[in-house]
Amino acid sequence: MNWVGHYNYWVVIFLMMSGFYVVISRGNMIKKLLGLNIFSTSVFLLYISMGKIHGGTAPILTDNPNQVYSNPLPHVLILTAIVVGVATTAVGLALVVRIQERYGTIEEDEIRAKDDSL
Amino acid sequence: MEVFIDIALLTLLCITAMAVVHIRKLFCAIMLLGIFSLLSASMFVNMDAVDVAFTEAAVGTGISTILLLLGMSLTNTREKRPHYQPLFSLVVVSITGAVLVYGTMDLPAYGDPNASIHHHVAQRYIKQSPLEVGPPNMVTSVLASYRGYDTLGETAVILTAGMALVALLGMRRRKVLPMSSSSGCGDYHDMKDHLVLRIMAKIFIPLILLFALYVQFHGDYGPGGGFQAGVIFASGIILYALIFGLEAAMKVVGYPVLRVLAACGLLLYGGVGVACMALGGNFLDYNALAHDPLHGQHLGIFLIELGVGVTVFAIMVIMFYAFASRRGHTA
Repeated sequence: MNWVGHYNYWVVIFLMMSGFYVVISRGNMIKKLLGLNIFSTSVFLLYISMGKIHGGTAPILTDNPNQVYSNPLPHVLILTAIVVGVATTAVGLALVVRIQERYGTIEEDEIRAKDDSL
Repeated sequence: MEVFIDIALLTLLCITAMAVVHIRKLFCAIMLLGIFSLLSASMFVNMDAVDVAFTEAAVGTGISTILLLLGMSLTNTREKRPHYQPLFSLVVVSITGAVLVYGTMDLPAYGDPNASIHHHVAQRYIKQSPLEVGPPNMVTSVLASYRGYDTLGETAVILTAGMALVALLGMRRRKVLPMSSSSGCGDYHDMKDHLVLRIMAKIFIPLILLFALYVQFHGDYGPGGGFQAGVIFASGIILYALIFGLEAAMKVVGYPVLRVLAACGLLLYGGVGVACMALGGNFLDYNALAHDPLHGQHLGIFLIELGVGVTVFAIMVIMFYAFASRRGHTA
């Protein structure tokens, strides 16, 4: 059952690439930010997939001494990354808002055209 | 059973991601992204990462969606059709994806207990953290104690992001006019007239705030902690601001208060580290805080989680205020 073993990773890569596609192919800056968000969420999924152990449970101590726990380390890394991610998204959004105020548009090619016409 | 849930959720995630890529109405795309976050939160629960799921549900579906919508309302609501063909980007993306899939061939299978990631430091965290640090929730032990430096750095990043946001957008401290609806964000005032929204908000906001406190102080024993609690507390305030208007919310917690709170949280965190040094330990070595190392750990974790919670709360609300006050001003 090898394909089930890697199914998670492949789907994560598919999601990552769809985020990447949005970032490089769309001109609208808010859409680009949405793409970045999809990308970062799929990175989170990749890390958490690696920490999972079959038959394991959430890493909170139980009374059963033979209990198998999933790996807590990726959970910690990703937990903080999510909050940092929203903070950086907000900064990106603030930049987009300033660009809109200065150029009157957030489409990449229109901004370039305005820059060229100066 | 777990495998079926896994496959179903992953399929739904793919469908949602495709919809986000395809849709040109930004409002729909942002709402779909909220659904995407909620689905990934369910996925995290399925993979035993309850703390992460908690954070993703609070941040991804709550704060992030609100901020994106506010940003959108300040710009355009519709994406224009690009002039060039997306074929080239499609090729680039396919090649990158193929390389990455090739890379996964060397990875151990999903859920394999013999994977090398589970055999280094993770074993120590699982076996020793209840004895060395104390809290039953190992994620809290690792976050606050073993990897306390990391968390300090990340809290600093959040504070910096908040400062950058205020530097970019500016925070207008408008005078609080006596209930004249003409000033500022008129749209928000209209929400107050919706009876259902107003009553439900009044019922929910105290519960949200209470729940945030529970998450903050129960984080050692169950899923939760400073990051989640800060975000949930902030979403209570943001809900209030959405329904009753920005000015009303600013009367409850004003920007000057939040600015001080944000700095105080990080200072508390750093201060605990310095206190440990003053008491003869290393930086952020909580064992030095009390005679019994476990008590010291407990006290240290409590204090730094509080610091994280306060900073995250203040920065999230500041971010909302910065976007919302800009909106009121330019509209």
